[in-house]
Amino acid sequence: MQLQNKRPESLLDVKMHYCPGCGHGTIHRLVAEVMDELGIRSRTIGIAPVGCAVFADTYFNCDMIQGPHGRGPAEATGIKRAKPDTIVFSYQGDGDLASIGMAEIVHAAIRSENITVVFVNNAIYGMTGGQMAPTTLIGQKATTCVEGRTAKQSGYPIKMCEMLATIDGATYLERTTVHNVPGVIKTKSALRKAFQYQIDGKGFSMVEILSMCPTNWGTRLDNPSEATKFVAEGMLPVFPLGLYKDACAVKK
Amino acid sequence: MAEKKLMKGNEALAEGAVRAGCRFFAGYPITPQNEVPEYMSWRLPQVGGAFVQSESEVSAINMVYGAAATGVRCMTSSSSPGMSLKQEGISYAAGADLPIFIGNVMRGGPGLGNIAGAQGDYWQATRGGGHGDYRTFVMAPNSVTEMGSFPHKCYEVAFKYRIPSMVLTDGIIGQMMEPVEFTTPEVDPKALPEPDWAIGVNHNRAKRIVKSYDLREGFLELMVNERVKRYKQIEAAEVMYEEKMMDDAEIAIVAYGTSARVSVAAMKLAREKGLKVGLFRPITLWPFPKARLVELSKRVKKFLVVEMSLGQMVEDVQLSLNGRAEVHLHAKPGASVMTADEVYRTMDAIVKKGAKEYAAAK
Amino acid sequence: MYQGIRISGFGGQGVISAGVLLAQAGMMEGKEVSFFPAYGAEMRGGTANCSVVVASEEVSTPIVSTPDTAIVLNEPSLAKFEPMVKPGGLLIVNSSLVNSKATRTDIKVLYVPCNAIAGELGNAKVMNMVAIGAFAAATGAISIDAVARALPKVYKKLKPDVIELNVKALKRGAEIKLN
Repeated sequence: MQLQNKRPESLLDVKMHYCPGCGHGTIHRLVAEVMDELGIRSRTIGIAPVGCAVFADTYFNCDMIQGPHGRGPAEATGIKRAKPDTIVFSYQGDGDLASIGMAEIVHAAIRSENITVVFVNNAIYGMTGGQMAPTTLIGQKATTCVEGRTAKQSGYPIKMCEMLATIDGATYLERTTVHNVPGVIKTKSALRKAFQYQIDGKGFSMVEILSMCPTNWGTRLDNPSEATKFVAEGMLPVFPLGLYKDACAVKK
Repeated sequence: MAEKKLMKGNEALAEGAVRAGCRFFAGYPITPQNEVPEYMSWRLPQVGGAFVQSESEVSAINMVYGAAATGVRCMTSSSSPGMSLKQEGISYAAGADLPIFIGNVMRGGPGLGNIAGAQGDYWQATRGGGHGDYRTFVMAPNSVTEMGSFPHKCYEVAFKYRIPSMVLTDGIIGQMMEPVEFTTPEVDPKALPEPDWAIGVNHNRAKRIVKSYDLREGFLELMVNERVKRYKQIEAAEVMYEEKMMDDAEIAIVAYGTSARVSVAAMKLAREKGLKVGLFRPITLWPFPKARLVELSKRVKKFLVVEMSLGQMVEDVQLSLNGRAEVHLHAKPGASVMTADEVYRTMDAIVKKGAKEYAAAK
Repeated sequence: MYQGIRISGFGGQGVISAGVLLAQAGMMEGKEVSFFPAYGAEMRGGTANCSVVVASEEVSTPIVSTPDTAIVLNEPSLAKFEPMVKPGGLLIVNSSLVNSKATRTDIKVLYVPCNAIAGELGNAKVMNMVAIGAFAAATGAISIDAVARALPKVYKKLKPDVIELNVKALKRGAEIKLN
């Protein structure tokens, strides 16, 4: 028997701590595959967020840095400006990027920092135990909105791609999903484009990836389809997939 | 000898940092430190460095956190309210053992306070300021020339011991102009060895991680204790202070920065009137020159701490002397500067009335 | 020798640049100098003022609280700085804009029509130089020549003919003598 699909060199052979059914493992692998394929591993610096993906610093096989909650785009700015030869990606969750780090992500886009942002949107705070996120859906239950999020109490879920698309400095914005196979394939090609743009010096790119959090959504761990169904039926109508901006698209 | 140039303190701080090898600066406007980012914005590109005006102080310190992780000599600066915002990043830099360099040009506080010079951030600077157990190497210049030369020492200590370093100054020294001479050697950052912890382009070495956390049981304690060893080395080797007319002094003023300048004038006034006054000026506020104060207390029995704050450094003097001598305080909080005459009158009262009467009179 | 100076006026009267110029000139004469702008005052929309020290010994405090000389270029500055002048010190009053007279008798007062003289020279902007010229001549703390040499160092963008005009204003100011 021949191994058809080996572990990417950019991902270390360590046991991940992510829950069953979580999307982070898949997304890590996609990022690592893209790093391998573009041949950038030895000059890539990844930024691990605060939240479930804090341990990304131990999983990726490239130089990594971990800093304060939400400040990834600021750290990325410092790294990239100090060492322009590096490839820098900031890996962030929704609480990290769209709540506490809102100013940092918006201004990194405004400055069109030549970095790549991997934004994992699972509509919940994971590591702290299922609190309401800025992307939590109206009606979705969380430990800080036990009867479900209401607009009156907490406003509406933030749509990052749509918002950042209004910023001149944002070069490439796309929303994808990893809840199904076509989504995974599409996510990888979006990530590849985002990294390629950075290699080419084209400026700020972000891929927003809809992902599953079965543990904090309270969906059954022995039935992964419950979580994927929440993405498909709950999140997709609020967070439509697609290309939101590509300032470098070849005009046909 | 280099030609003397009339410069603002803030400009000298920026130029001193560049000469000390600084190649990345991020900062946010706040009075009275604006000349630092303004200067850096045109000066850094001249030497191949990078300048970013950040969206906030929080972002600025985190940009510096990222840049420092690559081994580059970098800097951020601010003034009191902005320094409060930077505490998050300073704590992380301390926790990740990153040699960042910070300038704090103090102004009146708490809150928005005012924009005049003050010394109310002494506790914040010397106690850590942010969360967790850590130290910051803090230097207090009292002249424009020292503003220009202290960045050199700050980088040296920061990189040697992997610790955040700070120039703690105030709006008066930041805004004043004086002839300045840059005497420290100019550092070519390209000639410096790449630190063995820096992240960046690597072709053959193992991956590196810069982080401030370890969630495994017992491991954080090991991390912090390893750091404490370096703090002890700094306390043993890096203390700096200056003494003026201490040889025959019967009363010693302890003051730093602008307060020390006013104290020199007060000392001269007192000497003219026959009071044997000397000045002890801590240059490093952490590590604080404890041992020397103890030594001095063998013959000096009265100390007067003069500070533009409600009585912050006085606690370090009390802790150092631990009852070995009288410790008095001339405090001027609220971003006002004491006059030499006021300080002289305090000394006169201490000497003439004795400690108890002086305290009662207050 | 120690000369603590306070210069005060409206923003735009060249208060700050006159202060820097004095410090620069003092430094070029080999003296110890300091300059400190009262940057807080500008925020309140009031008068701009600065402290300058020119001395033979190391300058201790850069903030001049009891000036040997106060130069007041507008009316509000007179009220604020006249009381601060050291007994026996000098008060220079821009009599073109300040209508009131000084009331103290324990100080010397020199009335200089700065704006009028600058107007005669054809450029209102050089009024601060008239005051500086009067100060230099009256105190001897600094030479007119040093101030003239300092001009191109402080006003880096000024053309030679404008520098020349400033020197003229300095000299006209220096002609004003105490009674």
